[in-house]
Amino acid sequence: MSRQPLAGWGRTSPSTADVRAVGSTDDVARQVAGHVADRVPGAGRGVLARGLGRSYGDAAQNGGGVVLDMTGLAEVHAVDPGTRLVDVDAGVSLERLIDVLLPRGLWVPVLPGTRQVTVGGAIAADVHGKNHHVHGSFGDHVTSMELVLADGSVRTLRRGTTDPEEAALRRATVGGMGLTGVVTRATIECRRVATSSMVVDTERAGDLDELLAVLATDEDRYPYSVAWFDAVATGGAAGRAVITRGRHAERDELPAASRARPLAYTPGVRAAVPDAVPPGVLNRATARAFNALYYRAAPRRRRTEVQDLTTFFHPLDAITSWNRLYGPRGMVQYQLVVPLGAEDVVRRVVADVAASGHVSCLNVLKRFGPGNDSPLSFPTEGWTLAVDLPVRAGLGHLLRGLDEQVLDAGGRLYLAKDSRADSATLRRMYPRLDEFRATRRRVDPDGVFVSDLARRLEL
Amino acid sequence: MTDAVGDPRSLLLMGGTSEIALAIAERYARRVPGLHVTLAARPSQRRAEAAGLLSSLGCTVAELDLDAEAPETHAAVVEAATADRDVDVAVVAYGLLGDPEEAWTDVDAGVRLARVNYVGPVATGIALADRVRRQGHGTVVALSSVAGERPRRSNFVYGSTKAGFDAFYTGLGEALREHGGRVVVVRPGFVHSRMTAGLDPAPLAVRPEDVAQAVVAAVDGSAEQVWVPAAMRPVMSVLRHVPRRVFRRLPL
Repeated sequence: MSRQPLAGWGRTSPSTADVRAVGSTDDVARQVAGHVADRVPGAGRGVLARGLGRSYGDAAQNGGGVVLDMTGLAEVHAVDPGTRLVDVDAGVSLERLIDVLLPRGLWVPVLPGTRQVTVGGAIAADVHGKNHHVHGSFGDHVTSMELVLADGSVRTLRRGTTDPEEAALRRATVGGMGLTGVVTRATIECRRVATSSMVVDTERAGDLDELLAVLATDEDRYPYSVAWFDAVATGGAAGRAVITRGRHAERDELPAASRARPLAYTPGVRAAVPDAVPPGVLNRATARAFNALYYRAAPRRRRTEVQDLTTFFHPLDAITSWNRLYGPRGMVQYQLVVPLGAEDVVRRVVADVAASGHVSCLNVLKRFGPGNDSPLSFPTEGWTLAVDLPVRAGLGHLLRGLDEQVLDAGGRLYLAKDSRADSATLRRMYPRLDEFRATRRRVDPDGVFVSDLARRLEL
Repeated sequence: MTDAVGDPRSLLLMGGTSEIALAIAERYARRVPGLHVTLAARPSQRRAEAAGLLSSLGCTVAELDLDAEAPETHAAVVEAATADRDVDVAVVAYGLLGDPEEAWTDVDAGVRLARVNYVGPVATGIALADRVRRQGHGTVVALSSVAGERPRRSNFVYGSTKAGFDAFYTGLGEALREHGGRVVVVRPGFVHSRMTAGLDPAPLAVRPEDVAQAVVAAVDGSAEQVWVPAAMRPVMSVLRHVPRRVFRRLPL
């Protein structure tokens, strides 16, 4: 038994749990079956699987309970370039998956903003990437997965199954934040790529209106699209942005020197932020400077630039522990989605953040395509916006104000990022929450699977 | 659990009619919509009024009976308060000032002060610690006093109980660290309140609201000791080292 404090990537509300390493599906089943359920009065505090801990809030914490460290359950069982199917354990990271797939001309179908997530975590949060508007979210590409249930039994959940119970459990598990059971193994349908490079168009937008207009028109020409915007500037420069959109490069688009090894890939050098960052490194002045510099450093307009993977997908993965920059109280990442037509809400949110005095540097705007049928899956068709804010006095008040605007527009927050919403608000954001709860109660009546997030939001 | 922006979802006041405890609750109530507050105190009109005020601020309020002089009952009170929810922030606020001369000349008076100010808080602290260990998180706010830092002739029995209280909760904070818990020991100077009504205020006197503000700021941050006002810290640091011959002549 190893008692450890666990926090999310935002380093905000740690809690202590009994962390146990697992190395096989049998291990997981044993741990789960031998456990006393959370809802039994005076008994245990439940079980939760944790991957690489990249969710920002309390999703991968279970204070006082058991947390299964899934990163040791990490075998790649089979890769079939013919069918494009890869069969892996849930603890395999997307970084590792890229390493395995790319030399065979295959590509992970959905990549979030970091490669440091496990396959299990990607399913639990139903993560999305720059290609959501074309390819949907991670769960859409999982053809089959193995789930350890509360009684220790193992179920296989297949995409497109005709068994209604299996289908309901699969829907609840995708985006279900680990609360239906423990995913131990999954088969993922990959994409085929000819090279490890991207062909990227970069352009700037002078303000938020221009940004929204660009993203609303040209979007279907690019499978990958995202915009960074300035969340500090006010007035005419409010919401100025850098839009990067691209597609996988074909072999003949590479520089001649690279064509011999089109799939070559180096993850890049890792730098680390030291453990002792004083509070206040990220303040109004430094954030304003960062936002302005980032905007000005981007080309006004550049077409068909060939970029490597890390530059395009995961520039932050080159710096480990960058979350330490936010100081001892940590940070909150606030990510919302509102339907198309609610552009005014996007404008108001950007204006409110800029006017609040709270500062954000990693600000992302993207247009989502239609969502899937999972009740707790975050993406729905519309505008998604993310800002990350160091915790300071008054932040709760600002974000509650934003919550109201998101609710009024029929939007929602992303559970993998949330660390402070309340249960009443969340219930209104996810109208199918009752369906999720019903499925969860059916497969886990005593509440064996639980997390700090589930307790806070009464999932 | 206290969330990322420092907002607790549940607050437990052990000594729920203490003016300082209520000032803390009111401060959180204005900040956290739907906060759950448990007032553990002797049943009284004051408790009912406090519950009414907090309800009007949007809190859901539960009232529990607490007898500070019956330490053996405290575990059951904490158990009842946490049956349906984790405790995010607990405030140990009950205490007696007593008559300082009676307290060292009358056995019953002295022992009663020791029971309410020290033995009771030990029982409460152990019960809270058990809950914190089981839930893996939680903050205990312990209202100590500068009187415990260097007891003086004028109220040394009270001072001795607070010295014990302070030492117990300081140590409890260390013990709970590995369990995800935190204890904030609060050392106010003279606080204008019912407890001190009629006494001459000492220098650096504060109001319950000042203590509440300092407590909430400490819980938001990472402090484990807080003096109110902050200037009390260097003052006490000096006073602790003043030779006794000089100390006894100081007009304190």
